[in-house]
Amino acid sequence: MLEALEGSQAIARAVTLCRPGVVAAYPITPQTHIVENISKLVADGRLNTELVSVESEFSAASVVLGAAVAGSRAYTASSSQGIMLMAEVLYNISGLRVPMVMTCANRAVGAPLNIWNDQQDSMAVRDSGWIQLYAADNQEAVDSTIQAYRISEATELPVMVCMDGFVLTHTLEPVDIPDAAVVDEYLPDYTFSRTLDSADPISLGTLVGPDHFSEIRHSHHQAMIRSQEVIVDADNEWAKRVDRTCGGLLTVEGPADAKTAILAIGSAVGTLREAMEVYPQRRKVKLIKLRCFRPFPHEALREACEGLTDLVVLERAFSPGAGAIIGTEIRASLVARGGRQPKVHSFAIGLGGRDIPLETLPRVMEAIKEPSDEDFAIFDVELDKLPAEDR
Amino acid sequence: MIEIRIHGRGGQGNVVAAYVLAATAFNDGRYCQAFPAFGAERRGAPVVAFVRISERPILRRSTVKQPHYLIIQDEHLLQDAKLCDGLRPGGGVLVNSTKSSDEVSELYGQPIIALPATTMALDIIGRAVPNVPLLSAFLALTEMLPHEALNKALAERFKGKVLDGNLELVRQAAAAMSSGLWKETTIARSA
Repeated sequence: MLEALEGSQAIARAVTLCRPGVVAAYPITPQTHIVENISKLVADGRLNTELVSVESEFSAASVVLGAAVAGSRAYTASSSQGIMLMAEVLYNISGLRVPMVMTCANRAVGAPLNIWNDQQDSMAVRDSGWIQLYAADNQEAVDSTIQAYRISEATELPVMVCMDGFVLTHTLEPVDIPDAAVVDEYLPDYTFSRTLDSADPISLGTLVGPDHFSEIRHSHHQAMIRSQEVIVDADNEWAKRVDRTCGGLLTVEGPADAKTAILAIGSAVGTLREAMEVYPQRRKVKLIKLRCFRPFPHEALREACEGLTDLVVLERAFSPGAGAIIGTEIRASLVARGGRQPKVHSFAIGLGGRDIPLETLPRVMEAIKEPSDEDFAIFDVELDKLPAEDR
Repeated sequence: MIEIRIHGRGGQGNVVAAYVLAATAFNDGRYCQAFPAFGAERRGAPVVAFVRISERPILRRSTVKQPHYLIIQDEHLLQDAKLCDGLRPGGGVLVNSTKSSDEVSELYGQPIIALPATTMALDIIGRAVPNVPLLSAFLALTEMLPHEALNKALAERFKGKVLDGNLELVRQAAAAMSSGLWKETTIARSA
């Protein structure tokens, strides 16, 4: 049913529909209202789960890891510095190939202390071996959360659903909360293949020496690559039931013959979509919405970039001293293919809650006209705020 | 699309006002979007929230820089000369003040509608929360959405005595306004 909900309320409802046996979370900043709303649903008897409030995000991740290997469907949520504190356990969860879902309510990582939205937190754990799906709006965040359990349980890979903090989590907008019967059928009860059972003991997390470590890492890598099919399939199967899609790995919008494309991830997509209507460009422009960042959809991206002369990558994080994250990966992927490649222009936008207005589109299009040796810039830096040597 | 900016201070129910106004629009079959611009989250600090109401799906997620309407929950915030920056021509300003509309308009040098919302809230629910009377007055001025949709949005959020008090505030604030004063602007912009 269509309801006007805050993003974090909508996610709490989506998690409820997935029937987790255990929810563990650190309930204080940088937490969102998601777990607060889950605890209300538990108190109201609408969700029957073991809700564990813990003293840190490290513990939250550890509790859901333990719960999942004991056979429960598990859920946690965090953001920003909380993701940093979880990082060690995130590697354990994925390395042990334990299925679970978490929400990353994307926020900047300090210092400088900043509570607002960017995506430095999830980007900092991009190599942790978790699948990462980014939501463009709250409907996608709801649908991706439900799909994430199906993907995770089919692949034994954990899934992080990333939604922009504040911009999505604190925005009230119409969201369709699907019927429980639809979710029950799409996401049946599940048994972990290696559930710990004292009657039939096995070990998880044993020491692996140099003779097998590379092979296990190779398998993890292969499982991530293969999961692309599962991610697309989960979205297609969901679309059959609710008549809408999250866009699989990525989607391409706009004129097919455009030679320029803008690639964006997360909630900036909506603003860019409107900007393309409000500011029709003299040259045709496509919009590529990247939903799946891990696994990195090399093939789908190469296809989306076919025939382009310019690709503008707008991302909400960067690697200091190196530059773009997504832009660099895309360029590497296109170079590996060989042949004619578009020029890749990368910009970090919306850092630490910086507003992304509609005029971002024409200003970016103007910026790429200037010949430049730089392939990355933080967009919108106001030079007069900087000391002379940094300008 | 109509864009509204709500200014207030922490503790005045600024974010709730934005959510309730958006839910009111949703209850009337419109598309809606509401979100706060969080700053330092503490009582008394100036806070801002944004509402968009449209007949079409709302795509942009930027902050509202050029509002059609401003709802100001604390008159003294108007002392910041930049508060009304970006207000669109023909747009309206509604402020919580015990002064008359003429007095505040004269004082701040632009047309402003005043409503003693805190006084009304103290009289009826015993709490200094001006948001609901201001929303009711806003609906009366614009005639953009029916008051029944606001009452429904309040019933989704409050119950018992608090709800009854708020519904009474809706009635009294609507009665205190000159209905339809901002209607023409609203019709011109709502497509």
